[in-house]
Amino acid sequence: MDFMDSVQLADASNNFVYASMVTLFLATILFSVSFAAGRRRPVHASTTASKVLVESSGSVLLELPEKEASLDPGRRSANIGMSLTWLSFGLLLVGVVLRGVWAGRVPWGNMYEFSISSAVGILAVYLIWSTQRDLRWLGLFVTIPTLLTLGLAVTVLYTEAAQLVPALKSYWLVIHVFAAIIGGGAFTVGAATAGLSLISDKGWFKQLPSREKLEGLTHKVIAFSFPIWTFAVVAGAIWAENAWGRYWGWDPKETWAFITWVVFAAYLHARSTAGWKHQKASVIAIVGWLSFLINYFGVNIFVNSLHSYSGM
Amino acid sequence: MSQRGFLRWLWRQLTSMKTALILLFLLAIASIPGSILPQRGTNPILVEQWLTDNPTLGPVLDSIGAFDVFGSPWYSAVYILLFISLIGCVLPRLGVHWKAMRSQPPPAPKNLSRMGGTAFEYAGDTQTTIEDARKILEKDRWRTVVGQDPSGVHWVAAEKGYLRETGNLIFHFSLILILVGVAVGGLFGWRGNVIVREGEGFSNTLTQYDAWGGGRLSSADNLPEFSFTLESFDVEFERENSQEGAPRLFEANMVVDRPGVEGSTRHLVEVNEPLVIDSAKVFLVGHGYAPHLIVRDSQGTVVLDDAVVFLPQDGNFTSTGVVKIPDTDPQLGFRGLFLPTSAVDEIRGPHSVFPAPDDVSVFFGAWEGDLGLDNGIPQSIYTLNVDDMTQLGLESLRVGQTWQLPQGAGSIELAGYERWASFQMASDPGKELALVAAILAILGLTLSLFIQRRRVWVKVSQVLEQGSAGTVRVEVAGIAKASGHNATEQVDHIVESLKGKTN
Ligand code: HEM
Repeated sequence: MDFMDSVQLADASNNFVYASMVTLFLATILFSVSFAAGRRRPVHASTTASKVLVESSGSVLLELPEKEASLDPGRRSANIGMSLTWLSFGLLLVGVVLRGVWAGRVPWGNMYEFSISSAVGILAVYLIWSTQRDLRWLGLFVTIPTLLTLGLAVTVLYTEAAQLVPALKSYWLVIHVFAAIIGGGAFTVGAATAGLSLISDKGWFKQLPSREKLEGLTHKVIAFSFPIWTFAVVAGAIWAENAWGRYWGWDPKETWAFITWVVFAAYLHARSTAGWKHQKASVIAIVGWLSFLINYFGVNIFVNSLHSYSGM
Repeated sequence: MSQRGFLRWLWRQLTSMKTALILLFLLAIASIPGSILPQRGTNPILVEQWLTDNPTLGPVLDSIGAFDVFGSPWYSAVYILLFISLIGCVLPRLGVHWKAMRSQPPPAPKNLSRMGGTAFEYAGDTQTTIEDARKILEKDRWRTVVGQDPSGVHWVAAEKGYLRETGNLIFHFSLILILVGVAVGGLFGWRGNVIVREGEGFSNTLTQYDAWGGGRLSSADNLPEFSFTLESFDVEFERENSQEGAPRLFEANMVVDRPGVEGSTRHLVEVNEPLVIDSAKVFLVGHGYAPHLIVRDSQGTVVLDDAVVFLPQDGNFTSTGVVKIPDTDPQLGFRGLFLPTSAVDEIRGPHSVFPAPDDVSVFFGAWEGDLGLDNGIPQSIYTLNVDDMTQLGLESLRVGQTWQLPQGAGSIELAGYERWASFQMASDPGKELALVAAILAILGLTLSLFIQRRRVWVKVSQVLEQGSAGTVRVEVAGIAKASGHNATEQVDHIVESLKGKTN
């Protein structure tokens, strides 16, 4: 490390993570403002009516040029929130990369590093998706879980960088964890849309897209992450074969990865089963995400597993 | 209901989507106890501990297979039912899909406007417009068919996305194949463990293993022939920062001999770098210390001069071991606590504070009497039964020190220590199949989830109003088969392309 003192690097990494948290917190506030401002916006109008001013009954009053529509205070704060989320994502990415440079390896050696990387994963899935469709309304429900993840990371889970324990020294680690982080990020976004679909007819949530639309989005994002998760599980099995001599041993971590996989397979089935397509499917998606969380937090911290390298 | 009717009903139920869904749920739920309770397959010692700690609940849980969930009858029942359902579900779809792949897209429905299509008019004649539409579609790899309604309206019907169902079938069949791979490994595979001290050798025969287990159809008679010597074992631990004591490096330097290979070869075996010999792999799975002890009897004759394997009990390698001397009269027994970096405090007693041998000492307890070896019950080499023995005393030794036992019973000397490494040898002839099947499953899944099955129709009719000679009316509409999807983009693309042709 000739270009920067190692202590400086460590501080820099932490500072970028803190800066991204502050930025993300501001984004959350702006998304909240937008959400509050939209509470009287007509039912399920926000995604389609970017250029249209509508009255509460839902009928079109007047079409406005885009510039004027953006003066709607709710929209404007959502736009700023979106920009701040991008900024936060950039800062966090730098923080994670610096952490890796400091440690001289991929930044996936303990739970602190997994957590900040998972936060990058959630934001990446959300932001990249948002370039394809208007997802500003979803911002609040993505930034909150991301902030919680980061908050846990810097308080409870913080660990000084160290080298990897020998069991983690494998390029399959890189492949396996990368896939798990992206898959988990998408499951988290899917849990947000699934959760919203269950309450989309209540109070302030009426401003969100319709229940059917939310269910469709949930399906899209889970259809995206399910093959990635499958790949992550297979890559993990290849790595386990190489490290321990068996590709599957029902270790608690493996068991919960399997449970998560089976629950999401059930979700995809439910979407094609009469009578299960709607609320029940959304509940299954949330259960799948919960089992992902159990695997991540529960098994790493509480269970005696070959995978207990949380660094705690 | 007649018996056959009942069976048919049962089969329909079993192969319905709803049953598959419920069975998937059951599979998830049934897996949970396997992650909470210790399992015999992975941690037999913890299971025994659990049974001792819970004398009432333990045996009840044990009798229903809660400590061997993934081999229990109820777990097997769930996945076997699931796979029967899977086969019953997928086989008929195979035939249906085979036919669908070779059939033509269905003709255009009468009323396209009901499907939210687009209609427009332009100058042209029916035949060329139909041909144009068809060319555009075929260029985008739609399967097309042209026809004419009784009313004289010409149409092109097109379909795309057959690979979705192909992918779905590949995925489900691959799941069966994975199960076959797992079964082959379970039946023909084997696995054995052995502890080898530095300088010691191992040759791959059943008797040399500390533990060996194989599937029902595996055979211990034709294990691959090889032998190795553990020349040295190198370990490094983190000495700085918060992860002090965490392992940083394990390396086993091995000299390997195998038939058909001239001379010995040297190998470095590390945690993620197993040694591959024929169908078997040699994995480094653990390590520890073996204090070198010299025991003398009351006459001063050496009755033991060897390194004894001690098993690590914590991350700092506080290790326990026993020594049994059956040849003295009365017999002698020792329990030892090996501390690579020694410390003593009031709560924990003697323990190690760092895994490296920075300040080695061994705490011994000595007993004399009957070791109980003759009663026919096999004993572990790691436990000492002191029921029929009397304790002689306790002593702590550093390297080079000797403890003269009380009452002239003999002595024990700590001459030094060595390291040992434990290896797992494993062979799983089903793993390649499982891997290929898993890759197929991912490919199939990707096709199945990302390809959309769509149909589009183009209808062309002559406009018969006055002064409109040479004008046709074109209608384009499409549907996607999966809910939540549509064919709007495709319809727009066709409309754009057709309009582009006439300009
Ligand atoms: C080992 C158990 C099973 C697993 C892990 C599993 C997994 C999946 C997954 C992930 C999908 C989504 C892919 C897609 O939408 O094309 C799917 C689709 C499907 N599965 Fe299964 N499946 C299993 C058993 C079954 C069984 C027993 C049946 C029949 C009763 C079945 C019938 C179907 C059907 C018809 C689809 C297509 C749904 C659609 O195209 O929307 N599967 N399965």
